[in-house]
Amino acid sequence: MNAKETVVKDRRNPLKIARGLGSSQSGVEHWWTQRLTAAALVLLGIWFVVTVLCLLHADYATARASVAKPWNALLLIAFVLTMFWHAVLGLQVVIEDYVHTRWKEVVLLVAIKFLAVLGALASVLAVLRIALTP
Amino acid sequence: MADTKRPLSPHLQVYKWQVQMMSSIIHRATGIALAVGSLLVVAGLLHLAAGEDSFNHFKGVIGSPIGMVLLFGWSWSLFYHLCNGIRHLVQDAGLGYEIPQFVRSSWLSVIGSVVLTVLVWAYVLSAGGAA
Repeated sequence: MNAKETVVKDRRNPLKIARGLGSSQSGVEHWWTQRLTAAALVLLGIWFVVTVLCLLHADYATARASVAKPWNALLLIAFVLTMFWHAVLGLQVVIEDYVHTRWKEVVLLVAIKFLAVLGALASVLAVLRIALTP
Repeated sequence: MADTKRPLSPHLQVYKWQVQMMSSIIHRATGIALAVGSLLVVAGLLHLAAGEDSFNHFKGVIGSPIGMVLLFGWSWSLFYHLCNGIRHLVQDAGLGYEIPQFVRSSWLSVIGSVVLTVLVWAYVLSAGGAA
């Protein structure tokens, strides 16, 4: 089959095929989510730093009791999920900008997502374990 | 990459040093550093969940000289990324694009991050070191 036959078969206008491709579907999604998680991290990040500073020199029981408090557990899970989400979005842009060998780029993009999901799940499990075991 | 012999666009060495380009580069660099640092948060939570011995071991590691140096670096990275991140959010709202404002807010990010880092570590050291 050559190119001419393909053209004859497909009677759609080329514009019809092109429309809907490219950034028109989800182009702003990445940018907007990065800003949304950034805004959340301004608040959660400051809360996290203050919480850690309050736990300076805390022994095991104090630190565990602090994390087990409902509000702290909730905010900690929110912080960790937002942090990994924001990190993946940021690292993705850096990799897309600087890694010019396609297979390396794809491997890195997949690897950071796997790592981030593992990190986020491990953190959530740890917080839940602390918060739910007496 | 394309191996054509076309002329390249002007690159770093052509430009005069300006604070705005540093604030932009550092934002990326600290972002990468913080992404690595996120693993420390995971490690801390896992050690806290694993029990007292494990937690004390973790405290020992981050309280060691190397641990403190890394924590210092990460704390500055966090405060820089925080300050400059707020600056970027303000700029995303369309504000602060006059050149003098742009230069001033760049310096504000740099100075603000240093001030916050110094304040936090003054508090930590006055309380007798980390962990």
